[in-house]
Amino acid sequence: MNIGDWLPRLWQESLTTIYMVGVSTLFTVLFGLPLGVLLILTDENGLIPRPGLNRVLSFIVNLARSIPFIILLVLLIPFTRALVGTSIGPTATIVPLTLAAVPFFGRVVESTLREVPRGLIEAAQSMGSSIWQTVSKVLIPESMPGLILGVALTFISLVGYSAMAGAVGGGGLGGLAIRYGYIRYETEVMLITVVLLLILVQGVQWLGDRLAARVSKK
Amino acid sequence: MIKLENVSKSFFDGKLSVHALHDVSLEVGTGQIYGVVGTSGAGKSTLIRCVNRLEIPERGRIWVDGQEITALDAAALRKARQGMGMIFQQFNLLSQRTSAENIAYPLEIAGFSKTEREARVKELLNLVSLEDKANSYPAQLSGGQKQRVGIARALANHPKILLSDEATSALDPATTDSILELLLDLNQKLGLTILLITHQMDVVKKVCDHVAILENGYLQESGAIFDLIAEPQSRLSKAFFPPIQESLLDPEAIQAAITFIGDAADEPILASMMRKFEVDVNFLGGNIQQIGKRRVGQLQVELKGKQIAESLSFLQERGLRVEVKK
Repeated sequence: MNIGDWLPRLWQESLTTIYMVGVSTLFTVLFGLPLGVLLILTDENGLIPRPGLNRVLSFIVNLARSIPFIILLVLLIPFTRALVGTSIGPTATIVPLTLAAVPFFGRVVESTLREVPRGLIEAAQSMGSSIWQTVSKVLIPESMPGLILGVALTFISLVGYSAMAGAVGGGGLGGLAIRYGYIRYETEVMLITVVLLLILVQGVQWLGDRLAARVSKK
Repeated sequence: MIKLENVSKSFFDGKLSVHALHDVSLEVGTGQIYGVVGTSGAGKSTLIRCVNRLEIPERGRIWVDGQEITALDAAALRKARQGMGMIFQQFNLLSQRTSAENIAYPLEIAGFSKTEREARVKELLNLVSLEDKANSYPAQLSGGQKQRVGIARALANHPKILLSDEATSALDPATTDSILELLLDLNQKLGLTILLITHQMDVVKKVCDHVAILENGYLQESGAIFDLIAEPQSRLSKAFFPPIQESLLDPEAIQAAITFIGDAADEPILASMMRKFEVDVNFLGGNIQQIGKRRVGQLQVELKGKQIAESLSFLQERGLRVEVKK
């Protein structure tokens, strides 16, 4: 087959990858940010010290992160099917991708928020801030550059995971590389998908760095 | 305005309990600038943080403006904190907010509308002479400017009291002076009660009218600054006027410390004493300090002669404090 014939397919699969990873990143931030905040707040030196709850959360996070993604994919099939009606295809892949990334991003959020100087939190307390106000007006805005970099990092990790998902019917560039490039020895297709993935990763990292630098007032 | 009653607090360092405050009681009157001095580790930081309950005392009670802070629930405490400003050694400004936005923070917390906030922020920037830095971020400000923003932020909600936690310790001497000037000015203009902690005697000398000395968690002495200075045995007096070494003293003579405050410092009282009585005065040392707007001096003298008692009471009648050491 001529490379030119591959182009529409490559374009299509690129969009699929961006869709899967983009939506997964969105959901990851949606669930992972509160998780990270909860980990920080319930810490024994946090604003709502609950060492027991903190240990339980931390254990669940570690457990989820210990399960190899490929196993998680399979384990989640019934859950995915219940949630989106199918376990195959890009939309179905979003479920395991999100579930794998939430604990990871939760830890990224936790360590980023930990960088906020204790004095700032005390100043907020001394002015009569509620816990919600301290989180929404101090902790998160002060960590914004780090959080943006964390989102870029998560997106990039998910690009890697999405290739694995592609191998078991998830679609996207990764799946293309494996099915055609690897299994059918279409070396050129494989190379092109790798280059496309590289461009995606590089581009997102560049965007993250730019955005973080722009947002930072330090 | 602020009252601490038998406040104790200890920290646990491993298994060992370290007393940060030991049965401390003190009272700050309305409009006073009350300084708590002590070396690092004396417990002064813990003391000031107990006042707005950033630190929870183990025993004892604390009142601010008639309200018992130690008895408040979380919501009432937040409300009470909005009525107390606090400034810090490290300024603690939000790095992602401009000066104006930092100053607006407590107003947001208190629920003011955007227009109200903007008007008040403008007033406050004016108060601390930073009109031109409204849109600068903390990273673009000098230490002194940052502390001015900190002060404006602390005053945003019209608090009656200001808590100052080593607010000038990270600043150079000239900047320290300008910040102290500002505090003094606010105290006089707004009737602001200020409780400040510091390890710098200079700060006490320049702005405080009342002082407490804290050592290893114990309150050693407290009171009006001029009363303490006039007491040569007080730690404050010794800090300002270090005593003469024993080895230099004449065993035959009487040693005395003569302290004069304010107007008395301007009159030649000692000279008239020496003319009037049969007494020899040998000066061991002396020092005049500017404390607030008044001058305070202390002379350490040795007296010999027949009329020592008479000459000393002559000095006391003229308003000088005399302490005979031997």
